[in-house]
Amino acid sequence: MSSTSEQQDVVNGESSPREEGGFFDLGSSQIQLRRKLRHAFDNSARVLIAVGGISVIVAILLIFFYLFYEVAPLFRAAEIDEMASYELAEADASAPLHLAIEEQTENAMRLTRSGVAHFFELHSGAELAQIPVALPPGTTVSSFSLASEESGIFGLGLDNGQVVVAQYGYATSFVGPDNRRVLTPELEYPFGEQAFDLISNTAVQTLALSEDDDTLLIVAADQDSNLNIVEVSQQSSLFAAFDADSGGNFETERFDLDLRAPGLSQILIDGDQLWLYAVSRGGQLSMLDLQAASRGQADDFSSVVNLAQGSAEITQVKLLLGGISLLVANDQGGVSQWFPVRSSEGTVNLQPIRGFEPLPAAVVELSAEQRRKNFVAADVEGNVGIYNSTATRQVLAEKLLTSAIRQIAISPRGDALLVESADGRFAAWEVHNEHPEVSWSAIWDQVWYEGYSEPDYIWQSSASANDFEPKYSLVPLSFGTLKAAFYAMLLAAPLAICGAIFTGYFMAPAMRRKVKPLIELMEALPTVVLGFLAGLWLAPFVERNLLGIFSILVVLPLSILLASFVWSRLPQQFRLAIPAGWEAAILIPVLLLFGYLSFAVAPFLEALFFNGDLRFYISNDLGVTYDQRNALVVGFAMGFAVIPTIFSIAEDAIFTVPRQLTYGSLALGATPWQSLHRVVLPTASPGIFSALMIGMGRAVGETMIVLMATGNTPIMDVNIFEGMRTLAANIAVEIPESEVDSTHYRILFLAAFVLFMFTFIVNTVAEVVRQRLRSKYSTI
Amino acid sequence: MKNEIGKWYRSGSPWIWMNAGAVAISIVMVIGLLFLLTVRGMSHFWPKDVLQATYAPPSEYSEDTATEIIGELVESEQVPAVQIASSGIPVDESQAFYQRNLMKLGNRDLTGADFSWVLDDFVTDISYPEGVVTLERREWGNFYGFLAEIHEQGQLVAETSNLTGVDEPLWQDFNQRLERALEIFEEIYRIENDEIGDINYAVERLRLQQRRLELNGEDTPANLAELDAERETLDAQYLELQLELNGLYEEIGRDSAVFVAANGQETEIEFSEIVFAYQPNTLGVIAKIGTYFQKLGEFLTDEPREANTEGGIFPAIFGTVMMVLLMSVFVTPFGVIAAVYLREYAKQGVITRMIRIAVNNLAGVPSIVYGVFGLGFFIYIIGGEIDQLFYPEALPAPTFGTGGLLWASLTLALLTVPVVIVATEEGLARIPRSVREGSLALGATKFETLWRVVLPMASPAMMTGLILAVARAAGEVAPLMLVGVVKLAPSLPLDGNYPYLHLDQKFMHLGFHIYDVGFQSPNVEAARPLVFATALLLVIVIAVLNLTAVALRNRLREKYKALDSH
Repeated sequence: MSSTSEQQDVVNGESSPREEGGFFDLGSSQIQLRRKLRHAFDNSARVLIAVGGISVIVAILLIFFYLFYEVAPLFRAAEIDEMASYELAEADASAPLHLAIEEQTENAMRLTRSGVAHFFELHSGAELAQIPVALPPGTTVSSFSLASEESGIFGLGLDNGQVVVAQYGYATSFVGPDNRRVLTPELEYPFGEQAFDLISNTAVQTLALSEDDDTLLIVAADQDSNLNIVEVSQQSSLFAAFDADSGGNFETERFDLDLRAPGLSQILIDGDQLWLYAVSRGGQLSMLDLQAASRGQADDFSSVVNLAQGSAEITQVKLLLGGISLLVANDQGGVSQWFPVRSSEGTVNLQPIRGFEPLPAAVVELSAEQRRKNFVAADVEGNVGIYNSTATRQVLAEKLLTSAIRQIAISPRGDALLVESADGRFAAWEVHNEHPEVSWSAIWDQVWYEGYSEPDYIWQSSASANDFEPKYSLVPLSFGTLKAAFYAMLLAAPLAICGAIFTGYFMAPAMRRKVKPLIELMEALPTVVLGFLAGLWLAPFVERNLLGIFSILVVLPLSILLASFVWSRLPQQFRLAIPAGWEAAILIPVLLLFGYLSFAVAPFLEALFFNGDLRFYISNDLGVTYDQRNALVVGFAMGFAVIPTIFSIAEDAIFTVPRQLTYGSLALGATPWQSLHRVVLPTASPGIFSALMIGMGRAVGETMIVLMATGNTPIMDVNIFEGMRTLAANIAVEIPESEVDSTHYRILFLAAFVLFMFTFIVNTVAEVVRQRLRSKYSTI
Repeated sequence: MKNEIGKWYRSGSPWIWMNAGAVAISIVMVIGLLFLLTVRGMSHFWPKDVLQATYAPPSEYSEDTATEIIGELVESEQVPAVQIASSGIPVDESQAFYQRNLMKLGNRDLTGADFSWVLDDFVTDISYPEGVVTLERREWGNFYGFLAEIHEQGQLVAETSNLTGVDEPLWQDFNQRLERALEIFEEIYRIENDEIGDINYAVERLRLQQRRLELNGEDTPANLAELDAERETLDAQYLELQLELNGLYEEIGRDSAVFVAANGQETEIEFSEIVFAYQPNTLGVIAKIGTYFQKLGEFLTDEPREANTEGGIFPAIFGTVMMVLLMSVFVTPFGVIAAVYLREYAKQGVITRMIRIAVNNLAGVPSIVYGVFGLGFFIYIIGGEIDQLFYPEALPAPTFGTGGLLWASLTLALLTVPVVIVATEEGLARIPRSVREGSLALGATKFETLWRVVLPMASPAMMTGLILAVARAAGEVAPLMLVGVVKLAPSLPLDGNYPYLHLDQKFMHLGFHIYDVGFQSPNVEAARPLVFATALLLVIVIAVLNLTAVALRNRLREKYKALDSH
C-alpha cells in the first residue's frame, strides 16, 4: 500500500470530483486506524533502525574489547586455591629427601630418609603404595640427589660409599569398559639394581647425578670433600635391547681426579653434562670442566665464584628447567639466577644474571617446573613465591602456612603445589598461572636469555623442545615495523606531498581531472599484487641494477631542474603553446629518458668503479650484509602503496584552501611560488600533517607487502640492505600455528592490539586535525 | 647567463617544476606498473616460437660441451663478464658484457629443470623447425620435441616421414586421438569428481547421522538398519561407477605417441597425459591468436595443476566471487542501517561526532587486526560454540570451529562496513534539506520520507560504498590467510550436494593464490608468468569496480549540484 499516494489523495481530497461527499472525512475510523498504524510503523522503524545502527557500531567497537579481553590475562597475577590439607598416615616423621607431583596432578610421591618412596593421592593424602628402594643389606642412606625432575631418576648415597640409582614413575594402563586411565606407582632401576662403588669404605656425604641420553654421571664426595666421578653408559651392543634385565649391559668408567672442594655442601651437574658445580658452605662455587675431566685433563677447577652477595648465606642451589641456570637462594629470602656466560676471550664464567623479589625470611626450598622456566621458593615462615626467570617476575607471593615449610613441590605443568610443613602436615594447592613468561620488561626491555653472552632484544617464539626458553621481545618486531614504515615514508612523503602541492595548486584542471582518478586507482591496487611484484620482480631487478637505482635518485631531480631551465629559455611562442599547469605532462618523457639513461649507463660506471658488480662490492669490499629482499625493496613497494593515501588527503587540504587568500597574495605582487609557500602551505599544513599521519598508519599496518618483499627475519639493524619482520607480518606468519589461549597466542593478540591502538590513535589525531581545519576554512 | 639563472631561480619555477616532477614520477610509476603487469600477464598465453640450437659454453674441464636445445626464449639481460667468470664459466673478460638468455626448455622429467640460462654468444645454428611440438602435460610441465610415432595398444600405427618438418597426416591423426583422449578424460573427471564425489559426501553424511544417533542414544537397531541400507545402495552405486571408470581408464590409455627430445632421446608419452598440443612454428598470426584465446580460456575456466603452478585458476575466481557476494549480503544492510541511524535518527552531538570519527578510523586499522579478530572471536569462540551445539557428531573434527567461507565473509564484512557507512552517510548528507522537508510537509512520517524519498536518492551513494567495499574485499589477503583461505580446496563452496552452499568450507582466493604460488611454490620460475596473469586479472577486476564507483559518485554529485541550485 503506497502511503505517499494516499497522502496525495488526502491533500487533493477537497476538490476531487471522485469524493462523493465533497468532503473527505479525516476523522473516519478507517483513516484514524491507518494513521495509528503508520505511526506505529514509524515508531517501530525508528526503534529497529536505532537498535540495528547501535548494534553495528557496537560490533565494530567489539574489536577493541575483544582484543583487550584476549590480552588482559597476560598481565594477571597468579592465583592459588587450597585443595586439601592432610597428614599422611604412617609417614616418616623426619624431613623427606624429595617431594614430587605427578604430571596429571593426581598423585604425589614422598621419598623418606630411609629410602622408601611413599606414593599418595594428591587431593586426599590416601596412600597408594610404599615401595622401598632396594638397598644393599646393612646400609643406610647418607645423601640424596635427583638427576632431574623430568626423568625422576635419583641416587641415594650410602654410608658404605656406594650409590644406588633408581627412578620413580607411574605405569599407565587402561581398565574397564570405559577405558579408565589408571596410574600405578612404580620404582624402576634403569641403570641396574646393583649399587655403584664410588668411594671406598666411607659414607657418601654429597652426591650429584645427571642423566642424558642413557648416560649417567655420578659424582660423590666423602666428608673430606674428595670428588669421585663415575660415568655409566648403556653398552651399545646390538643385543643390548634383548637382555635389558640381565643388568650386565652397563659400562662404568671412573674419571681419575684428584680434587678437593673444601667445605662442600652441594654438587650440581648442568643439563648437558658440561660443567660440574661444587658449592661450599660459605657460598663459594667452583666450576669443573667435565669434558676435560673425562679426558683426564682437569687438574683444577676452572674458576671459582662467590655466590653469596653481601652478608647473606646460601641456603640452597637448584637447577632451573633445561639445566643451564642455577637458582641460588639465601637466608635473607633472596633468590638469584646464574648461568655460565662465554666471554669474548672464550672463557666461560658463571655470572649473576638477575635477582628476584625476595621473600620475607630465609628460603629453605626451591622447586622448578618442567614445562616453563618457572620455579617456586618457600621460606621458613611459610611464605611461598612463584617466579618466572625470563620475565624476572614474581607472579605470586603468599603466606601459605603459619609454620615453617620443610619441603615443597610444584607439579610438572605448574598447576599444583604441595607443601610440607615442619610439623609434618601437607597442603595441596591449585595454581592458576597461565602466562608467567610475560612482563613489561620481558616484552619491551633487553633480556639476558640462557646461552647468550649479554642481554638482548630477541623474538623467537617457536619451541623446539620442552626446555626451550621462549623469547617474546616485541622490540625487534616494532623496530622492523618502524624501519619498514620509515623507508616507505622516505619515498612516499616527498613524492606524495610535492605531487599534492602541484596537483592541488598549479595543475591545469583538465589534467587534474585525469590525474586524480589515476591516483585513486593506485590506492585501490591490492597490496598482494604490489608485494608480489616487489618480491619477485623488483627485488631481483634492484639487485641487478643497484647503481642504476641509486643514480636515478640523483639523476631525476637534476633532470627536472634541467628541464625547467631549458623550458624557461625556450622561445616564447613555443612555451605559450602549452599552457601553465601542464608541466607534469611535459616532464614525463624527460623522466623516462633520463631514467632509462641512468639504467643504461650504470653498468659501465659499475664496471669502472665497483669491479663490475656493486652488489658484490657492497657485501665483499664494504662488508655490509645484502639480502635480496631488503628494506630498500620494501621502501619502494610500500612507498608506492602509501603515496596515494597521503596524496589524496594532502591534495584535498591544499585544493580547499580558500581562493581569496591566494588572490590577495598574488594581487600584492607575490609570485605563485611565494603565495604557495607563504600563504597556502601554512594554511594547509594541518591537513598535510594529518595526511602524513594517516599514511604512516597505513605503512605500519601493511602486511602482505612486507611479508612478500622481505626475508621476515626479526633482526634489529638499520641497514637498508637487510630485511626485517614487522608486527603485522609476524602475526600473519605465526598465529595460524599458535596454540589457542597459549602465551604465544595472546602475545600475538597483544601485537595486534598494539597495531590497533597505534593506528587508531594516529588516525584519530589526524582526523581531529582535519576537521578543525575544515571548520576553520568554512569561517574564512 | 648568471643573471638568467638567478632570475629563473627567483621566479620559483624550479620549485614548481620539482613538484610537477613528483606528480610525473607518480604517474610514470602507476602506468609503468600497470604496463608491466599487462605485458607480463598477457604475454604468458601467446604461443611463442620454439627454437632449436646448439649451445656450447666454454668450460675448463671439457672440450666438447655442445648440447642441442629446444625451447622458448623467456627473457634476456646483459651481464658483466666478471660476474659470469666468477660463476665458473671461463669467458673472455676483455668483452665487458655478455647477453644471457633465459630459456624455457621444458622436459623436466628428462632433464630435471624447466629453465636454463644460456649465454647468447655460444648459441649457434639457430633454427625454427616447423615440426616442433609444444605439449602441455598434466604432470612435469611442458614438453618440446618432434613427433615421431603413434602407437595404439602398444602397436605402431603411424610413423613420421619428416621428423623436423610438417607431416600433415600424422599431425591430423595425432590431433584426432588427442581429442578423443580429452573427451574420455572429461568423462573420467566428471565421474570422479561429481558422481563419486557425491557418493562420498553422502557416505560421510551417513556416518555423521549414525554418530548423532549414538550421541543422542537413539542408535536402535531399526534406525541403524535404515542407515545400513542406504549405505549399501551407495556402495553398489560406487562399485558400478568404479567399473565404468576402469573401462574408461583402459580406453584413455589406448594411444601413446613417441617424441624425440632435443638431445635425441625418444620418449613415449601417453595421450592421457596431454592437455594441449600445438606446433608453434607453423602457426600464422591468426592461428596464434586463436591458440592465445584458447589458452586464456583454459586459464580462466580450468582447475590448477601441478601444485597450482599450471592450469587454470577457476576455483580461485569462484571462491573470490562467492566470498565477496556473501560479504555484500552482510555488509550492505548493516552498513546502511548504521549510516541511516547516525545521520537521520541519532541526535547530532559530541557522541555522534566521536562515533563518526571512530568509524572513519576503523577503515585505517590494519587489515591483519581484523583477521586476528576473525580468528579468535568468530572461529574459536563462536565457531567452537556452534560446533558444540549443532555438530557434536563431527567432533573433534571442527565444522565451523575452523576457517571457512562464512567466517571469511563476516571478517571482511566487518573490515569493509566502515567504507559503506562513510559512503552512505556522505550520500545522505548531500540530499538537500528541502527535499526532506517537502516530504514531511506533505504529511509523510519520518520513515516514509526515508523509505520513499531519501533512500532512493541516496542509492547511488550506497552502490558506491558497496562497490568500494567489494573492491577492497577482493584485494585483501592478510586477514583471509587466518580465516579460511587455502591453497587448494578440494571442492567448490557451491555444488549440487545438500545444503548446496557450504558455508563451513575452506575456499581458494585470487589474492592468496598470488601469494601462495609466487612465494610458497617449489617451482617459482615456472609459476611466475601464471602469477602475473592472476595478478593482472585481480587488478582488472578491482580497477573496473573502482572506476565504476568513481563514475557513480561523480554522477551523483552532478545530480545533487543541480538540486542544490534550485
